[in-house]
Amino acid sequence: MTVARIDARFAKLKAENKAAFVSYIMAGDPDLETSFNVLKGLSETGSDIIELGFPFSDPMAEGPIIQLAAERSLKAGTKIAQVFALASRFREIDADTPLILMGYMNPVENMGYPAFAKACADHGIDGVIVVDCPPEEADGLTDALDAADVALIRLITPTSDEKRLKTLVKRTKGFVYYVSVAGVTGVKEADAQSIAGAVKRVQDAAQLPVVVGFGIKTPERAAEVARIADGAVVGSVLVDALAKSLPGNSPIETKVLETAGILAQAVHNARN
Amino acid sequence: MSTETPVQTNRYNLPDAKGRFGDFGGLYVPETLMPLVLELGEAWEVAKNDEAFWAEYHSLLKHFVGRPSPLYFAERLTDYYGGAKIYFKREELNHTGAHKINNCIGQILLAKRMGRTRIIAETGAGQHGVASATVCAKFDLPCTVYMGALDVERQKPNVFRMNLLGTTVVPVTNGNGTLKDAMNEALRDWVTNVHDTYYMIGTAAGMHPYPEMVRDFQTVIGKETKQQILELEGRLPDAVIAAVGGGSNAIGLFHPFIDDESVRIVGVEAAGHGLDVYNGHAASLNGGRPGVLHGNRTYLLQDDDGQILEGHSISAGLDYPGIGPEHAHLFATGRAKYVYTTDKEALDAFQLTSKLEGIIPALESSHAIARVGELAQDVGKGGIVVLNLSGRGDKDIFTVASAIGQTMSGM
Ligand SMILES: Cc1ncc(COP(=O)(O)O)c(C=O)c1O
Repeated sequence: MTVARIDARFAKLKAENKAAFVSYIMAGDPDLETSFNVLKGLSETGSDIIELGFPFSDPMAEGPIIQLAAERSLKAGTKIAQVFALASRFREIDADTPLILMGYMNPVENMGYPAFAKACADHGIDGVIVVDCPPEEADGLTDALDAADVALIRLITPTSDEKRLKTLVKRTKGFVYYVSVAGVTGVKEADAQSIAGAVKRVQDAAQLPVVVGFGIKTPERAAEVARIADGAVVGSVLVDALAKSLPGNSPIETKVLETAGILAQAVHNARN
Repeated sequence: MSTETPVQTNRYNLPDAKGRFGDFGGLYVPETLMPLVLELGEAWEVAKNDEAFWAEYHSLLKHFVGRPSPLYFAERLTDYYGGAKIYFKREELNHTGAHKINNCIGQILLAKRMGRTRIIAETGAGQHGVASATVCAKFDLPCTVYMGALDVERQKPNVFRMNLLGTTVVPVTNGNGTLKDAMNEALRDWVTNVHDTYYMIGTAAGMHPYPEMVRDFQTVIGKETKQQILELEGRLPDAVIAAVGGGSNAIGLFHPFIDDESVRIVGVEAAGHGLDVYNGHAASLNGGRPGVLHGNRTYLLQDDDGQILEGHSISAGLDYPGIGPEHAHLFATGRAKYVYTTDKEALDAFQLTSKLEGIIPALESSHAIARVGELAQDVGKGGIVVLNLSGRGDKDIFTVASAIGQTMSGM
């Protein structure tokens, strides 16, 4: 499966003329049991692809919302082996929804590239995003992931010019992720009009589906993005919904899943 | 002093084109920053080969900073230890009180060339923050300095100085509120304000080209030292020694001596409460292992799962869980040796130097002083040791007073 699982998901969506709704949560926030319930619920409420953050102590491209999520996860003692176990558990109940691991380089380095890539394949992870690993430093990791048939997914940003774009799309598989604003996660709002041209440029260069993320906060904005890109990624809004449910008595996942469901619907109905 | 183009000061000519010093260094940053750091690398390539750039740099070092800094025979400390002659390279006499300004002068000239209109910096002890604030005042650019909340507390005099100089100091409460956290926050600012902002990194660490560039701005220390010791003693020293935080004052002194095989090179890490105390020190070489943080591969303090530890040192300027990649390389090849000093030993050295030499050294520099006696004895009588007195200790008097149980009521 792995890369094929991503391709199959985009093919199915294309046949239905729908954009992908891509959701993000931080593994282990606030604990692994909740993460499992959230993953299960996300797949049931319309997430086509799920990005599973693995925590890092120094997430330098993250805004406050996801920084705090990483802190909560680490405070709960989350280890990367447990993140893989969580992925396996999800695979037992969902064989089709692609799972993408997202995080930073040092925990990957610490495992070693071959061991990390093998763990991804063994636990049903289909793609990996490593925020602080540009193509210049990615050969070793890409070799290992290729051997395990796991996609290294690239972030492309408003600062990527034509020349850079060519470098960025080399050796990438599955899809590419267009970061619609220069900034950390969850702070600035994306302007849908300005991203249309960029998405087209990236689609042409990569010949892969392009999903857009960073700064999508409302169903309206998600729908706008769904009309111009192959998918819309929502992270901070979900993580924030989770954070706000923490002190309450009701299950932590209720509000997250309700929010995700509304956003998924907006994305799926956008092109009707 | 010499004003030749200081691009290469030893034979090994590192980093390579990918910013690597052997296995260390490189360029691990989020994609949003890649075009910026590549552009910075290109601008630096042009500037470092431009004599006009260096002429302006040296002119400012002379007239604004007050270089060359003296190489001073620390006679009473020498007598105290009874070994080799100990010389202090007096970087604490520079304008703003530390070596940090050498780097800031170079980088502000580069930022100007690149047309940047806003400067950001991180700071630990506040010395780099003050130096950044100083050059920004002089060159009329707005400056924002990120500083860990704990460091804001323990280096209050420097926070006040930065404010006086017109800089905005942003306290960072993430993590332990130290240098690592300040650097994360500065990087987040840079990712957000890519269009106009120049990130002035304060040490020879981080992503390429900073380790090379900051080193090349700091090698003025080693080059002057070489010339001065030849004038004073007619020969090279037997050893050079410096404290290592990120590693800029140390590499500035070491680099011009790396090819001189007779010269022993000794870096001093901060051992905090002791190397055997988990998460209780900041000795990344002696107590860490390789990994990737803040844009480069280097030795890091980290747990079994690759999470970065906060570490600890009484000295804010050494309280960082990583180290510049060139030091990682010198450690791996064995060309330099790295030893360590605890908080307590640094406090003792701080007081000893004040009393014996009439110089109040920075707590950072005190870490090197704490190891200079053994080195001088090891080298032996008739030998010469040069220590980088990287900064003055006025900023540390509150920390030292509370550590040794004295109060400064009325201050
Ligand atoms: C006086 C002084 N010495 C040393 C250091 C450590 O930095 P580096 O290792 O870059 O010289 C600092 C940092 O703040 C400092 O202020």
